[in-house]
Amino acid sequence: MSAETTPAAAAVSDVSLYDVDNPAPLIEAPRKRTKKTPKATRTNFELYGWLFMRLSGILLVVLVLGHLLIQLVLDGGVSKIGFAFVAGRWASPFWQAWDLLMLWLAMLHGANGLRTVINDYAERDTTRFWLKMLLYTATVFTVLLGTLVIFTFDPNIR
Amino acid sequence: MPAGTLYRGREGMWSWVAHRVTGVLIFFFLFVHVLDTALVRVSPEAYDDVVATYKTPIVNVMEYGLVAAILFHALNGLRVIAVDFWSKGPRYQKQMLWTVVGVWVVLMAGAFYPVLQHTLRTLFGS
Ligand code: HEM
Ligand code: HEM
Repeated sequence: MSAETTPAAAAVSDVSLYDVDNPAPLIEAPRKRTKKTPKATRTNFELYGWLFMRLSGILLVVLVLGHLLIQLVLDGGVSKIGFAFVAGRWASPFWQAWDLLMLWLAMLHGANGLRTVINDYAERDTTRFWLKMLLYTATVFTVLLGTLVIFTFDPNIR
Repeated sequence: MPAGTLYRGREGMWSWVAHRVTGVLIFFFLFVHVLDTALVRVSPEAYDDVVATYKTPIVNVMEYGLVAAILFHALNGLRVIAVDFWSKGPRYQKQMLWTVVGVWVVLMAGAFYPVLQHTLRTLFGS
């Protein structure tokens, strides 16, 4: 095979197609800022999102695995759970704060993760837009409902 | 298949696929879970009725599956963080994945009886 047939073949042989007078074509770096890059998207939002995924992840290891240990492993596993059990747990501000932090971090971490997934797979602009609107609505609703439930819990409801 | 969904295969890609699938699964569970917990604001009976389904054998087995998903996502998430922040992380990513799998197997074996004890007791007596 001669070096002239394909550039790839030339690259592996020690004869180069390129020299000072005939330089190799320049390959532009991916996601390079160009004149066409809109000014409005130039914030560090994605960087902070990336960082948040990692920081919240570390906290969630303790919060969620601790929660599962209490709910599913200790003290008879799932058998013990009921209204009285919840009343006993939310009598303590410590567990209220635990659940509140877990609610917010897990929901924001999960929602930001799902935003990435939607951006990856929904190719049509309108589909992507509406899927994310659905996601944000469900997230805000769930976070507010969960917060309300923790703060207004009443052991003597009946 | 949308563009860019298959990468180079092997451990790196498959652990990413598993991380993504488990993450989405946990999010959907959490949505339902906050709704069922909200029933404590309706009445003790309404809450206890729904929690009763958590104690049926089929749902109990699904809880074991949820534990499997969360344990993998948590351990692999720590691996991803190590790959990103530890200077030697990328070089040891494969070894760290097998460590994750090993710890996961041990923890899942340890969780088997505690998580499923309710079903094991009701099905086979105590
Ligand atoms: C099947 C396994 C699970 C069981 C049996 C369970 C059980 C419970 C119970 C009984 C409560 C009432 C409050 C308390 O006791 O702390 C609760 C609250 C909560 N759980 Fe779980 N849980 C499970 C899995 C999870 C997971 C995997 C997550 C996170 C991803 C989670 C997040 C929460 C949150 C955020 C609350 C507070 C809800 C609110 O604000 O209304 N739980 N859970
Ligand atoms: C238990 C501790 C957890 C840790 C250490 C953790 C860690 C991580 C990390 C580091 C990422 C970023 C991955 C990347 O950028 O490639 C991530 C993504 C994600 N996490 Fe978690 N996470 C945890 C809990 C959760 C929970 C409770 C949920 C659901 C409510 C969740 C849902 C997701 C989703 C949907 C993604 C996006 C996956 C993707 O883009 O492929 N994670 N997690």
